[in-house]
Amino acid sequence: MKHKINVTVNGAAQELEVESRLLLVHLLREDLRLTGTHIGCDTSHCGVCTVLLDGQPVKSCTVLAVQTDGCKVSTVEGLESGGKLHPIQEAFTEKHALQCGYCTPGMLMTCSALLERSKNPSEQEIRQAISGNLCRCTGYLNIVKAVQHAAQKIGGAP
Amino acid sequence: MIPASFDYHRPGTLDEAIGLLSRHGADAKVLSGGMSLLPALKLRLGSCGHLIDIGRIPGLEYVKEDGGTLRIGAGTRQCVLAQSEIINSRYGVLADAVPLIADPLVRNRGTFGGNVANGDPANDGPAIVIALGAELVARGPQGERTIAANRFYKDLFVTALAPDEILTEIRVPLPPPRSGSAYRKLKRKTGDYAAAASAVQVTLDARGAVQRACIALTNAGPTPIEAVQGSRFLEGKSPDEKTIAEAARLAATAAAPSADRRGSVEYKREMARVLTARALKAALERAGGN
Repeated sequence: MKHKINVTVNGAAQELEVESRLLLVHLLREDLRLTGTHIGCDTSHCGVCTVLLDGQPVKSCTVLAVQTDGCKVSTVEGLESGGKLHPIQEAFTEKHALQCGYCTPGMLMTCSALLERSKNPSEQEIRQAISGNLCRCTGYLNIVKAVQHAAQKIGGAP
Repeated sequence: MIPASFDYHRPGTLDEAIGLLSRHGADAKVLSGGMSLLPALKLRLGSCGHLIDIGRIPGLEYVKEDGGTLRIGAGTRQCVLAQSEIINSRYGVLADAVPLIADPLVRNRGTFGGNVANGDPANDGPAIVIALGAELVARGPQGERTIAANRFYKDLFVTALAPDEILTEIRVPLPPPRSGSAYRKLKRKTGDYAAAASAVQVTLDARGAVQRACIALTNAGPTPIEAVQGSRFLEGKSPDEKTIAEAARLAATAAAPSADRRGSVEYKREMARVLTARALKAALERAGGN
């Protein structure tokens, strides 16, 4: 059975028809062609599929598309504005916070949500926040540095 | 992975949800946060014809104390519980445990009621509600009833809930003065289930002897295990090192874990002993500080 849903994706209102069992990550990647959101473990462990649902990071492989009816979804494609990268994206490139890049879209979404609620997060706060996002390349060190760097860019830190 | 086909319903009220459950019976499943159910459906460990999403029903997300009872709405997301001043100031076992459930992204969706009602002994909620002596409130077509947490878990994923009942609230009696509780959990990594974990609550009498104790173990058998022998041993005794060690040893004898990637039966039982001793020490310290 199909359901009509209204979802705002990266600021654009969408009226869509979805099957009950369609997962949010498949709606984004296949129906909306927003392939920046990756699929990794597909069992809600790795966090590469992280998107923001009403501003909170969630694993889109473990949310049904139909559950997002009436909600706002933000993906990595929505981070930049007017052709300018989000400070967290700039910080990731400047601090070499990625190597293969597979975890990066999810990591960026989690980190951008952290910076929304915490202007100057401590190392421990950052590590705690990204503990549901796995990275097999960096050892997390440069990711932590990038988040702190982004916090400075945004102007929270002296 | 894609779940087998089902129909999705999003009732606006509890009564509507119970009506749907009555109609579809065993072919329906209740979806709350979905952090256990959706992976199970995707992995095809389970299936259902109808998914009843109670996640948007208003009035199921709250943490409040009134009339000597802590009330946690079953729809309270774990991230909300983790921020609760009431929980963090007075319910050590929950304050310890909630940040150790899965990972932060899962806690943004996962509800405490779902964790408790799912009937998975590897979840942290079940042992905690037993240690706290909680009552679980179930709503069905005939109205509301309460079930003692230590009688709720029947077998692996089998609970006292009827197919047309929904868990609506967790009621915890306010711990008496000189009480303390704690949770100690061993897991291989963030997001993993416990290799072993122990939830305890203790109450001291005016002389500092243990008046009441309850120890419950996570992931130590097909259901959460209430370690009655270990708890009874403590009662009436002054809680010194030796007493704690013996109570933990007795508690671990109640564990009936199965061997898996997290360890052998012997290892898990030994870890249940160690974690119970640590949880008891922490809880007793908190009880003394009251």
